[in-house]
Amino acid sequence: MTVIAAATAASTLAACGGSDDGGGDGGGGGGDASANEASDIGITEDSIKLGAHFPLTGVAAPGYSEIPTGAQAYFDCLNNEGGVNGRTIEYIYRDDAYNPTNTSQVVNQLVLEDEVFAIVGGLGTPTHSAVLDFLNSEGVPDLFVSSGSLLWGDDPETNPYTFGWQTDYESEGKIIGDYIAENFPDAQVGLFLQDDDFGEDGEAGIREYIDDQIVAAERYTPGNTNVGPQIAALQAAGADFVVGFNVPSYTALSQLTALQLGYDPQWFYSNVGSDPTLVGSLLNNFSQGQVSDASLLDGALTTDYLPTVDEPDNPWVQEFQRIWDECGGDGELTNYRIYGMSQAYTTVQALQAAGQNPTRDGLVEAIEIAGGDWEGPVLAPFRYSEDSHMGTSGMSISRVTGDTTEEVVPVQLTDIGDAEIEPFDGEMAEVPENGIPNEESVID
Amino acid sequence: MSDLQSPTNTTAEGTRTGGKAAEEAPTAATAGADQPTATPRRSLLPSSTLLRHLLVLLLAAVGAVVLLEITDPFTNSQLATLTYYAIAAGGLTVLTGMNGQISLGHGALMAVGAYTTALFLSADEPLPLPLILLAAIVTATAVGALVGVAAARLHGPYLAGATLALAVGLPGLAIYFHDVLGGEQGMRVRAPRAPEAFDSFISAVSGNSATNTKWLAYLGAICLLITYFLLANLIRSRIGRTWRAVRDQEVAAELAGINLGAWRVLAFVVSAAAAGLAGGVLALVVRLAAPSGFTLVLSLSLLTAIVIGGLGSLLGALLGSALLVFLPPFVTDLGAGWGLDNTEAAQLAPFVYGVVLIVAMIFAPAGFVGTLRMRWLTRRAKRAAAQPSRG
Repeated sequence: MTVIAAATAASTLAACGGSDDGGGDGGGGGGDASANEASDIGITEDSIKLGAHFPLTGVAAPGYSEIPTGAQAYFDCLNNEGGVNGRTIEYIYRDDAYNPTNTSQVVNQLVLEDEVFAIVGGLGTPTHSAVLDFLNSEGVPDLFVSSGSLLWGDDPETNPYTFGWQTDYESEGKIIGDYIAENFPDAQVGLFLQDDDFGEDGEAGIREYIDDQIVAAERYTPGNTNVGPQIAALQAAGADFVVGFNVPSYTALSQLTALQLGYDPQWFYSNVGSDPTLVGSLLNNFSQGQVSDASLLDGALTTDYLPTVDEPDNPWVQEFQRIWDECGGDGELTNYRIYGMSQAYTTVQALQAAGQNPTRDGLVEAIEIAGGDWEGPVLAPFRYSEDSHMGTSGMSISRVTGDTTEEVVPVQLTDIGDAEIEPFDGEMAEVPENGIPNEESVID
Repeated sequence: MSDLQSPTNTTAEGTRTGGKAAEEAPTAATAGADQPTATPRRSLLPSSTLLRHLLVLLLAAVGAVVLLEITDPFTNSQLATLTYYAIAAGGLTVLTGMNGQISLGHGALMAVGAYTTALFLSADEPLPLPLILLAAIVTATAVGALVGVAAARLHGPYLAGATLALAVGLPGLAIYFHDVLGGEQGMRVRAPRAPEAFDSFISAVSGNSATNTKWLAYLGAICLLITYFLLANLIRSRIGRTWRAVRDQEVAAELAGINLGAWRVLAFVVSAAAAGLAGGVLALVVRLAAPSGFTLVLSLSLLTAIVIGGLGSLLGALLGSALLVFLPPFVTDLGAGWGLDNTEAAQLAPFVYGVVLIVAMIFAPAGFVGTLRMRWLTRRAKRAAAQPSRG
């Protein structure tokens, strides 16, 4: 369409303009604000506007609604230290109640009315699907979608402005499958899957390694709270090791149902469904107080791609705790808030890499060029390049013990398809001063 | 049918176009309704219902163009959202307000329309858009007819229960047949580009840029105007009067030779057709047909919209839909302006909507339009009563 062509031309011009005036000397820290100009929509001399959509009300709100509060706290602390290149971050997140119809409305509002520079961390597979085409046709950078679907990263030609962030479900399935094949070669494995992409991708990954060990694959439909038939079928099939690709409420439901049926296999919940604090409160809620904490989960295995609140000695967790105490709102630091802060950290890396006067296209280019080398709280490196917009590539495996977890297998890397699984030989990244990254500009 | 026979029905019914039939007593509302009388205010409008509605349609079309051209792109997109809510609410208000049947399942009928549109558009060489929307209407009508046959035998809460099952159950089909219908994640919809005539039309009218958002808003507005034009004619016709007869006095209607069941099915079918079109427009505007977009909340929202606006009134359905679309962002921004954080501001919106609903039910039980009309009618009646005594 002509309009879009015109808009692209305008932003290209702006990119050229930026290189004439302020390019080259960009980079981290507070920077010099005098060379700043309003280089694109949502960017002024002293601010950058970012938008996001999250379920703040409704069934998906518990847990997920904490993610943007974490990101907000991070940006607030960042702004106190001078922001990015002298620009403060204005972060607007809106409620979509996990309903794609609403997502489309609030993202319209963010892009057309609030005129944000980029969308960052929009949550959910069905919800974000509704705005994927819109954002890419309008040329709005769509960074770090909060979902492990393959949709965001494996086809950058169709969706050049969209980037994934967390480990995709297929890679997660592969790492889990490999672990079971090595450590539980005699286990009869049952799968407990959400009946959508999430469960499908996870199953595909697992089956690459232990197809012959799987004795049953049961699927549940989100919204249907009776998982009795599925759990009973797993029990009847003789599964003594159950892998769940499910959301936290179904972790709680499957535990309660198994308790009723007297079924006690080794559980392995994928990262999404395993937050011990949230599952504990859900268990308490669903059982009407009869099960009071996550003790049912004791001994269950899970995966991690971020440090968690139960590692108080981890320097990243300590830094996030400081940020939350100084700039956060009510409540405790949770894993969801760490998720939001880590996403915000990657966002700042991207903005720094995009130079003194970032443009929308420049931001995308910067992530493709430099994103693969970024270090931060995320345990494994990102896969960003011109050919892939997939997020972080690996996970560690840990065991839930009481309210905390202990690491069982250190971080391993892989990719979708038939990529091998390899141990990650890198070190944990050091925490920079004030928790603010310091990336060089790669756009000139 | 007692449950829905609130005062709303008898007052908010019928005549939203020009307020013409207001002075007709229900008994006189048949043969002589359109004959000119001595009332001077009538002479400005054409005497034929069809002509009068065409005039209103024309004015509304001009109004829509003006509205879409003076507002910013985001408001355009909100208006596009408004159109599909209003189309579905218009259909529902015919069913509930005119015929007295309650439906909690219109969200599911919208899903039928949306999925039909998505399926047809996913073809390699999709049919022209009007044909696709027509297909959406036909499919939803077929489903509506099936439900209508069952609905014609059910009353009040039983009907609500049956249609509730539809709203809860039907979106599940999309998950069951996930290979065809995309499962939980839904089917992405690529709305066809605007024709070139549209570009030149917009540049001729206002010189604004003809974006895709604007095109979808126009598309929705065209569908809305056509739907309301047809519904308004239907309401003012013999069919509308029969529906009202069935609603108000079953026994009398049956004695007059009206087949209650058949007329109820017809009302459901008409209403389902509107819901199907609304679903088609929704799929185009949202660019997605996914089960999580057609929850029970959607059906209930439509019902609250027509109740707040005034049952049986198309204008009321439009106003109620506008409240659904514009109130939540307004309240959220207001809350953010008061210094609430984004989460609290977002949680304020459903709360305020609930309060508005309760306040409306206390102070305007017949809905906005219904209450205004009731006031107006009362005043006219008083004046009419006063006149003979003077003369």
